[in-house]
Amino acid sequence: MLEQEDRARFENDVMPHRDAAYNLARWILRGRAQAEDVTQEAFLRAYRSFAGFQTGNARAWLLQIVRNCCFTWLQQNHVAEEMTEFDEQTMPPKPENPESLAMATYDRERLQRALEDLPAHFREIIVLRELEGCSYKEIAAITTRPIGTVMSALARARQQLRTILTEPVPKGASRDL
Amino acid sequence: MTCDLSQTRLHAYFDGELDAIGAAEFERHLESCPDCDMRLAAEEKLRSALAGAQLYTRAPETLRRKLQISLPKAAIPPEVRDPKPSVANSWRWLAIAATVILSVLLGTQYLQKLNHHSQQQAMAAVIVDAHLRSLQPGHLEDVISTDQHTVKPWFDGKIDFAPPVRDFANDGFPLLGGRLDVIDSRTAAALVYGRRKHIVNVFVEKAQPGDSQDASGELQGYHWVAWQQNGFTFTAVSDTAYGDLDQLKQLFLAP
Repeated sequence: MLEQEDRARFENDVMPHRDAAYNLARWILRGRAQAEDVTQEAFLRAYRSFAGFQTGNARAWLLQIVRNCCFTWLQQNHVAEEMTEFDEQTMPPKPENPESLAMATYDRERLQRALEDLPAHFREIIVLRELEGCSYKEIAAITTRPIGTVMSALARARQQLRTILTEPVPKGASRDL
Repeated sequence: MTCDLSQTRLHAYFDGELDAIGAAEFERHLESCPDCDMRLAAEEKLRSALAGAQLYTRAPETLRRKLQISLPKAAIPPEVRDPKPSVANSWRWLAIAATVILSVLLGTQYLQKLNHHSQQQAMAAVIVDAHLRSLQPGHLEDVISTDQHTVKPWFDGKIDFAPPVRDFANDGFPLLGGRLDVIDSRTAAALVYGRRKHIVNVFVEKAQPGDSQDASGELQGYHWVAWQQNGFTFTAVSDTAYGDLDQLKQLFLAP
């Protein structure tokens, strides 16, 4: 168990990132109940391994644990996900029409659904960048990928998000938020 | 028309992840590439839509209670409802505190205007600050041109003096562009030059009594050189070597 000093440090440095942890889990797992369980699990793991974390970016450290717990959960629960790693070779960027992009409008429900329809690895990167405001360096640390991969994945994720947003809306496809 | 430039560059620019030179290069490219310009607008639109949709989902109170039970009690005192300042927050406060201290220091230095040396120091701080500000993505140039005949007329009507704009590309100081800046409440024309991989800002203001004549110094690793010429006060600032700035000054002074 943690020493008194470490416990205080955990509380000061890690506990405040509850919202960040939960939000990331909620979007990777696409559900509130699962997110609550997995965030709790992630906090327990973080707590157990906290003695090994000395200094640095506590948020990135915690979020790395959270996303790992999330992907483990997705695998264990056989959630159908496009789990293939991002690869420029197999997924060449589709051409977009810039004029139509500038004209598009997006409402909240569509955005939520579009974000949930993204492949998990794109979802997490959009959430980390756009909702959590992480830098490329932080995203690279959290997702344990080279920064160059993060950059191209982010570009592709945004493009795909827009592609989904321009598709016709399926009826009754709303999930809980 | 499809732009050949790597799309990751556009995203890195959009996310403020390019360095000053990369950002300046991209902005130059943007001037002549409506394709990238429109893509950038599309990215901005998507971002503001995401931000406006309030998709961020905060942790529910039940999670806090669960953590309270599952983690040893000492980890979360029940009375703590709101998170304590996080690392990021305390860093932010530190930055604010530093800014306040710096502002106070600068303010204090202005009060000591009788003291010529401290006045010069304060000026140096203002100049270096303006230089650093200019290196933020998107702030370097308002008019991007390596042509002095484009940059010079750009200032017409924007300021009440005509700054001498010259390109020294042949001497290793290519003109990159210009912008308006405010230095110590005075409007200045900022001329941006490249020096190898460094950016040099040359601030040109109408000379006023009390302006430094032939002064130079160093602050936080940035060199600055000030001189007067034809009724203007020039201040060159950069992280390049002092000798480079002196050379640039001599180029300006040469007929």
